Amino acid sequence: MAAILFSVSRSLWNPRYERFRKSKFTTHYPARTVASSSAAFSKMSAIHQILSTSISSSASAFIGGHTNLKSATKSSNFAVAGKISGVVKCVASAAEKTAYTTKVSRNENMAKLQAGYLFPEIARRRAAHMLKYPDAKVISLGIGDTTEPIPDVITSAMSKRSFALSTFDGYSGYGAEQGEKQLRAAIASTYYGDLGIQEDDIFVSDGAKSDISRLQVLFGSNVTMAVQDPSYPAYVDSSVILGQTGQFQKDVEKFENIEYMRCTPENGFFPDLSTVRRTDIIFFCSPNNPTGYSASREQLTKLVQFAKENGSIIVYDSAYAMYVSDDSPKSIFEIPGAKEVALEVSSFSKYAGFTGVRLGWTAIPKELLYSDGFPVAKDFNRIVCTCFNGASNVAQAGGLACVSAEGIKAMHEVVGFYKENTSIIVDTFNSLGFKVYGGKNAPYVWVHFPGQSSWEVFGEILEKTHVVTTPGSGFGPAGEGFIRVSAFGHRENVLEACRRFKQLYK
Amino acid sequence: MQPESDTTFSFAISTSIKLGRPSIRKIFTSQDNGNVTSYRTKVARNPTLERLQYNYLFPEISARELEHIKKYPNAKVISLGIGDTTEPLPDVVASSMANYAHSLSTRTGYRGYGAEQGSKELRKAIAETFYKDMGIKDTEVFVSDGAQCDISRLQLLFGSKMSIAVQDPIFPAYIDSSVIIGQAGDVEKESGSYKNIQYMKCEPENSFFPDLSKTGRTDVIFFCSPNNPTGHAASRQQLEQVVRFAQENGSIIVYDSAYAVYISDESPRSIYEIPGAEKVAIEVSSFSKIAGFTGVRLGWTVVPKELLYSNGFPVINDFNRIVCTCFNGASRIAQAGGLASLSKEGFKAVISLIDYYKENAEILLETFKSMGLRVYGGVNAPYLWVHFPGSNSWDVFGEILEKTHIITVPGSGFGPAGKEFIRVTAFGQRENILEASRRLRSFL
Repeated sequence: MAAILFSVSRSLWNPRYERFRKSKFTTHYPARTVASSSAAFSKMSAIHQILSTSISSSASAFIGGHTNLKSATKSSNFAVAGKISGVVKCVASAAEKTAYTTKVSRNENMAKLQAGYLFPEIARRRAAHMLKYPDAKVISLGIGDTTEPIPDVITSAMSKRSFALSTFDGYSGYGAEQGEKQLRAAIASTYYGDLGIQEDDIFVSDGAKSDISRLQVLFGSNVTMAVQDPSYPAYVDSSVILGQTGQFQKDVEKFENIEYMRCTPENGFFPDLSTVRRTDIIFFCSPNNPTGYSASREQLTKLVQFAKENGSIIVYDSAYAMYVSDDSPKSIFEIPGAKEVALEVSSFSKYAGFTGVRLGWTAIPKELLYSDGFPVAKDFNRIVCTCFNGASNVAQAGGLACVSAEGIKAMHEVVGFYKENTSIIVDTFNSLGFKVYGGKNAPYVWVHFPGQSSWEVFGEILEKTHVVTTPGSGFGPAGEGFIRVSAFGHRENVLEACRRFKQLYK
Repeated sequence: MQPESDTTFSFAISTSIKLGRPSIRKIFTSQDNGNVTSYRTKVARNPTLERLQYNYLFPEISARELEHIKKYPNAKVISLGIGDTTEPLPDVVASSMANYAHSLSTRTGYRGYGAEQGSKELRKAIAETFYKDMGIKDTEVFVSDGAQCDISRLQLLFGSKMSIAVQDPIFPAYIDSSVIIGQAGDVEKESGSYKNIQYMKCEPENSFFPDLSKTGRTDVIFFCSPNNPTGHAASRQQLEQVVRFAQENGSIIVYDSAYAVYISDESPRSIYEIPGAEKVAIEVSSFSKIAGFTGVRLGWTVVPKELLYSNGFPVINDFNRIVCTCFNGASRIAQAGGLASLSKEGFKAVISLIDYYKENAEILLETFKSMGLRVYGGVNAPYLWVHFPGSNSWDVFGEILEKTHIITVPGSGFGPAGKEFIRVTAFGQRENILEASRRLRSFL
């Protein structure tokens, strides 16, 4: 059994690694061997990943706190791409037999992706940190994962439906792929009551992340897209996977062919549309993840106008709408004319703690038409019927309870709790003299660390306070110099985290 | 989804069920609804979606069923069409889901995002239950919300440049997803076949196993066994041929084993029973027909670590990336139910449900045989594949519906080689199966 040996030095951020970029390695890729154990294979797959993906100098590439590959990759679910410092040597031992490979070419779009998806990487960093400090009480304000129990009115509806499935009268098999009629109607009336969006415009899903990819499949590889910078990484990553983009340009940390709409303190986190190129699709998230900024009615009117002038389609992500505190619009459809240019994606994840239950929806108005007049909703329906098979019936029962009178009240309470957390975090960073953004209309606080590398700040906060956050550059180049602190957590953990921040930055 | 009268798109269903009429076609007319100022974006419709000739098969069947019910409000329509499970979940499974749901309202029981690949417990249970001694580890199992979703995620993984081969006839999602992702090329309107797809004919003459010597090389080979719709379960020898064929061509097999638990003989239940398969095959399966989870939504895909692209990159790494980016894990409640269905008690209960459907299949098999019809399948799968030589399956479908109020599925919905066949599912409550048998016997 042959083995490929690597020697990797332990220190990070050594610019000498620059010599060992993708272009050098993938063409000289040595023969692979079949590992005899899964641990060895984990190492193998990490190595594969490192060599065949770009080792980017940007902060969007990362690695665990140490470069011991074996522990950094727990299983073949891997992707430790990143800043490997020093010399990486490929030494194939003698008597090496070439492992069987198929003759199927790897999808070149997958190869364009720079590293693992952002949040599993944060999870990996957290896990590595916990191994390093087994006694530390690590507090997670990184991944935006809900922590508070789901209200009884909602879980009891799901329990009830589960039991019903074991009875003759209550059993149901395949449901409508678009979602149960009652739920679609209830979503339409709850969130779009007087906005002219109807039951049959609503497509219930297993969550916004899945919907975003299904929308990309719908649009196909020939469309161009614009995103806010920074933005939720699924928009860009799914665009790359679908083949809509060119290569990643390391110097600017952007993918070719995507229009990045910069959102910074200088422009009040709303892009200067006069500088934005026309694209077919415009992803727009408001209230925004990660900046927390909620666009005003005036701003959204400009956006709709922009889309109309350019004949573009807005994919409006309103997953945090219930966190709005002021009079910012909660749906794009509040803007006149939006039905002809926009579709809206949302989710029960952050409203009802459904991050693990999996339920969301997409609303597509009948008025939204392709250039040949064909309704976008018809094609989306085809995608939903072919590439999906409906959200789980138990989750849908929960969703129906969510939008009952009692459920809405309960969701507002949960949302209110997280909003209080957000205030505490905002106050903390304000009191420490930081420039703090967001936190008013969203459960995210966007803290500015001018002139600093967000991955380094992330690492320092983690090392010194044992609090996990998310480095801003993970959301795009305009996120560099920022840290996203999410406000999901038990109150005592949020308070403790804030105590630790005060300690570190006093 | 029924069209609105004020959309700019007219959708005509040929509602006639008279003999001799052509199969259902939809006619698109992209025209303004009379209002010349109706705004259109400047975004071009995805050309791949234009290449789809028909609606997805099963919503069509549903639509026909609804129409028929409207036409005959007093008839007791029996559905042996869409393969939808009918029997309630075993108590142990339902209560585990109910308890799990309840625990989400407690501080200690609440859980947020799960691992996108599925809970470790469930992945282990799947590996142990279905792949014992086959060298498949839990880390190679990816839990999903069902095979139909997994198939599309696999297509996303493969990309638009992949060439595929499918059995003919076959479960339509492989072809449709291939068209949507841009692999399939243009359609030949006459045959309904796509230019870039290799169709591996499966018919009585070749005992429903394709002649691989006539099959051109493709990157991906979709292979479903036990087969939907023909019901044929490939033998060990046949699967060895498929694996050899894949090895020689450097292809990847996507093996759909959703009906493996219905096998009655010694046909392999997993492609990984064949030596060497771990280097050439992905396996997709589902709890839908195992545990009645058609509405609960749970399935899995196995991607062995040994499966490598031509440049040596492990396929599992990219699939993991897809799962982390385009998906967010199957519902935790569904996963709790899945785990319960693989427990000792749960699996026993689930097997007795499967036996129930298999008995249904026997009853239907007997019925068709007694009618003097050539019937295939029904032994290793919950589908019967009934031959009506010289006929057009949509016409036969229509006639059966009109005369016996039984919904079936016309074979040509599964591909050109299905033209003279009707698929009958064995899912149903026993009394409906018996009633259907009675009506069918009087049909001819």
